[in-house]
Amino acid sequence: MTTPSITVSPDPQLQYLLRLADTCLIHAQRLAEWCGHAPILEEDIALTNLSLDLIGQSRALYSHAATVEQRLTGVVRDEDAYAFLREERDYRNPTLVELPMRRSISGPAEDFAGTVLRNLLVATLLKQVWEALSAPGGTADAELAAIAAKSLKEARYHQQHSADWVVRLGDGTEESARRLRDALQRQWPYVTELFESDATDAAAATAGLGPRMADLRAAWEAEIHQVFAAAGLTTPKATTFRSTGRQGVHSEHMGFLLAEMQSLQRAYPGGVW
Amino acid sequence: MSLGLSSEPDRAALAWAALATVMDPEVPVVSLVELGIAREARLADGGVVEIVLTPTYSGCPATELIEQQARAAVEAAVAGPVRVLTQRAPAWTTDWISAEGRRKLREYGIAPPGPAEVHGGGESVIRFMPRAASVTCPRCDSPDTERLSAFGSTACKALYRCRACSEPFEHFKPI
Repeated sequence: MTTPSITVSPDPQLQYLLRLADTCLIHAQRLAEWCGHAPILEEDIALTNLSLDLIGQSRALYSHAATVEQRLTGVVRDEDAYAFLREERDYRNPTLVELPMRRSISGPAEDFAGTVLRNLLVATLLKQVWEALSAPGGTADAELAAIAAKSLKEARYHQQHSADWVVRLGDGTEESARRLRDALQRQWPYVTELFESDATDAAAATAGLGPRMADLRAAWEAEIHQVFAAAGLTTPKATTFRSTGRQGVHSEHMGFLLAEMQSLQRAYPGGVW
Repeated sequence: MSLGLSSEPDRAALAWAALATVMDPEVPVVSLVELGIAREARLADGGVVEIVLTPTYSGCPATELIEQQARAAVEAAVAGPVRVLTQRAPAWTTDWISAEGRRKLREYGIAPPGPAEVHGGGESVIRFMPRAASVTCPRCDSPDTERLSAFGSTACKALYRCRACSEPFEHFKPI
């Protein structure tokens, strides 16, 4: 017996919330791959703590999305329905966060350098998002503002922790610097997508729900370049490659991730701890 | 109210007193009131006693347990219906931990948090935690301590070591 998938309303405001929630959840799911495997115990605890914060943030956003969707369509759902019962095409996270992290059956994975780098790129992005949403007048949605204000405190810790590591590795040994440079070459092409504007973004900005991602790029780059300078990293040249996870068109890795993440809820409908 | 039940304002006060007896599941010496997790107990329409809780960290696994324990304690203390509300704004800060709560944390072996940082923007992204942190050892009161890990056994704590008495200890992170 399996649980059928849900189909979510295409309303742009709901999609805007789900993009944020999916970014947190899928990034958290990848980070959790390090549980029990990090190079040192302290980092094992750190990476799983980051993952836990992100899952908590996604839960708050999914619960809020449920309220919004109920108001739009009358359909009643809970956070688990969004997290576990959607089809791949209905997840709206950028491709960067779904790429294999520690190990993968679907392709080459990142090493620890690639992990701390991705954490820096994503934590800095989320910090910008939460800052914009929790600023006075940042959103017309009071619950979203409240979630953002809480998440911002956590994102600051995440960014600080990953920035420390990027500098430590970039300014460390030849081997650590090489691994970090290689990771940047792999990941940088996926950055373009983070800040692409589209109809969902435009609708959110028009409705006063939140910022266009494109409007956050300058502040994001300023903080990233600070860290890169201290780490001896050079920003790679832009490429023509475009990832499309935010449109629901994912990499070949996403299906494997979802199969693992959803299997329990699909096999045991409504199962809870 | 009639039938000998306590008067309306008293039920809110009784609920608040009950919350002050519920200990945090992960730091079982400080109460929800001392930690600033319990924000309010009030009377709502229909004689419902509403208790307002705020989560600490988004991912704190104790959040649901705290809700259950708070509800059970209040239901045992006051007659009539009880409702538990979760309030996210304003976001919880360690600045809400009371002086008594801080004393109990220290006695329990956890260094209490300093004041939460004020963020005005424009600050550097790279802020290495200073090796010699300004955290006092909760066992021997020495200021000669160092941070071992920014993350500890729970989301809210970091791991430190005292260089004077050599004991490891936990520090409640200011947030």
